[in-house]
Amino acid sequence: MSILVNADTKVIVQGLTGGQGKFYGLRNRAYGTKVVGGVSPKKAGTDVEGIPVFASVKDAVTETGATATMVIVPAPAAADAVLEAAEAGLALIVVVTEGIPMHDEATFYNRVKRDFSASRILGPNCPGLLTPGECNIGFIPAEVAKAGGPVGIVSRSGTLTYQALNELAEKGIGVTTCVGIGGDPVPGTSFIDCLELFEADPATKAVIMFGEIGGSAEEEAAAYIHAHMSKPVVSYIAGVTAPPGKKMGHAGAIISGSKGTAQAKMEVLEAAGVRVATNPTAAGELMAEVVAAL
Amino acid sequence: MDLFEYQGKQLFARYGIPVSAGAVAETVDEAVAAAERVGYPVVIKAQVQVGGRGKAGGVKVANNADEAREHAGNILGLDIKGHVVHRVWVEHASDIAEEYYASFTLDRAAKQYLGLLSAQGGVEIETVAEENPDALAKIEVDPVDGLSEAACRAWVEQAKLDPEATDGAVDILMKLYEAFVGADADLVEINPLILTPDGRVHALDAKVSLDDNARFRHPEWDEFTGLEKLDPREREAAERGLQYVGLDGDVGLIANGAGLAMATCDIVHEVGGQPANFLDIGGGASAQVMANALEVINNDPSVKSIFINIFGGITKGEEVANGIVQALAQVDIASPIVIRLDGTNAEQGREILKAHESDRLVSKPTMVEAARTAVALAQAASSASASVNKGN
Repeated sequence: MSILVNADTKVIVQGLTGGQGKFYGLRNRAYGTKVVGGVSPKKAGTDVEGIPVFASVKDAVTETGATATMVIVPAPAAADAVLEAAEAGLALIVVVTEGIPMHDEATFYNRVKRDFSASRILGPNCPGLLTPGECNIGFIPAEVAKAGGPVGIVSRSGTLTYQALNELAEKGIGVTTCVGIGGDPVPGTSFIDCLELFEADPATKAVIMFGEIGGSAEEEAAAYIHAHMSKPVVSYIAGVTAPPGKKMGHAGAIISGSKGTAQAKMEVLEAAGVRVATNPTAAGELMAEVVAAL
Repeated sequence: MDLFEYQGKQLFARYGIPVSAGAVAETVDEAVAAAERVGYPVVIKAQVQVGGRGKAGGVKVANNADEAREHAGNILGLDIKGHVVHRVWVEHASDIAEEYYASFTLDRAAKQYLGLLSAQGGVEIETVAEENPDALAKIEVDPVDGLSEAACRAWVEQAKLDPEATDGAVDILMKLYEAFVGADADLVEINPLILTPDGRVHALDAKVSLDDNARFRHPEWDEFTGLEKLDPREREAAERGLQYVGLDGDVGLIANGAGLAMATCDIVHEVGGQPANFLDIGGGASAQVMANALEVINNDPSVKSIFINIFGGITKGEEVANGIVQALAQVDIASPIVIRLDGTNAEQGREILKAHESDRLVSKPTMVEAARTAVALAQAASSASASVNKGN
């Protein structure tokens, strides 16, 4: 079992004919993901190493029965691509494109939420998601991941998502699904959304959550965990040593005054019953203890 | 990108928001000339991107040329919380009956826009929020619908401004919302928004932060470049398109991804070292970007060892390795390098690096081991230079 994607998920790639789209579309397919089509109005009718290219998302869905898409188009084209995917009825829209303007994100998030409530956006500026052995959409280097659970992974930062997978793999711990929600200002899928899905997934017995400084998403997650999670959660918050007032790479990763510090987030998480580590490796070790006690 | 007050006012003026007539000056003579043009009394305001200018002596009223000369002379060059004043804004002084606060920003939790309006302006809004939260009128705006005039009016009424200010405030707030969205701002803030004794509503200050991601559709932003940066290392990195934050330690860090870069700082700290910087080379970095990053770190004299921590997803291992090899060939890297390379095409990358490995370029399989090695190398270099100094 898994959340959001599995071996049967059919995926199209919006941007398959671009350099990045081709590289990752083919890489995802080589992993075993059912990459069934690409979208490019100009290159419709051609194919990318056997993957057919369609003129529109609607055509691609009609022809292939896809339910998920990876949006890997340049930032100025991302808002239109997301709305086209939602209008075509895709259930999962994975937006890996980075550098999308905040106002575009806020607008397409609210538009999809209101008019296309059957669609879920993951990202933007996220590394994608992986159900090991079944389906990989996006950038996650999946080779190391061990399939089958019992741990679910959710992370705000891309590279820390890989780091989490790596820490668990080194300890021989399997993963149900690994989700990178992205560090942009308006994430389509939140920590809480993923925690809720993991809580409901029978194969997931514990969850590892990697957050970072800034915003209040980790605090909101802590409140949710306290109230609703029966499964153990291990966490690490990046930016313990970050200075206040400086943007640490992500738009959201900034300590404003005394708000958004790693320490404050760690305290709130601990108070909610989460086991909190001070670095990713220590989080892997804590999770190994949790898994051994399951 | 944060704008200076004068730039924010120029932006506001484009959206029809009433601001005072004024001019920018970089010298005392320019400031006096500007004061003569706009007419006394004038306010001379330090242009720095930090709060608390007034308390630091960065805002003064001048009633004549002598006073303008004296105040401009005192303010130019003033150090306000580490920000040196290079420019002043000189504007005609306004008569103030009431001071309000207004802003629009993104409410991350609600994923909608948040407007804040308060009858208590001219002070730090965080203080108002803490001490008197009822004095803060909030409005959530759905980005799809935008702000309607009716909703805006109800919001203004909720804030209990002087009734005389209502129409002017509604007009300005509608325009401020337009500026927030149209100018691709993350934040627009007017503090204080004033009511004059003759009943006009007017923006006396302007705080604007623009969304760098939207630069592609704003060629006019080029006029805002050349903004001051405190740290010369940060300026050099920004010119090379790198996300860099200067810190106080001696272990130079390069990582891909903001989260991993922060985690790298954290782990160096945890194994007993001090990071010299945060540096994120971003996703999909090329060999050239890696070489640039190494040069920036190499130019920092406090760096004693360099820790490169790469977990490739979109970033490819062979590109990282080629960048390191390229940098080693181009510049004389002063400090030993410890690298941990994982993820996409990591095997290819490690293969490329193998031929160059020495005691100056060490490869480690995990983040913790690499951090320990880099910290040990930095400490060894520090104690070596300390003993050299003693010998002298």
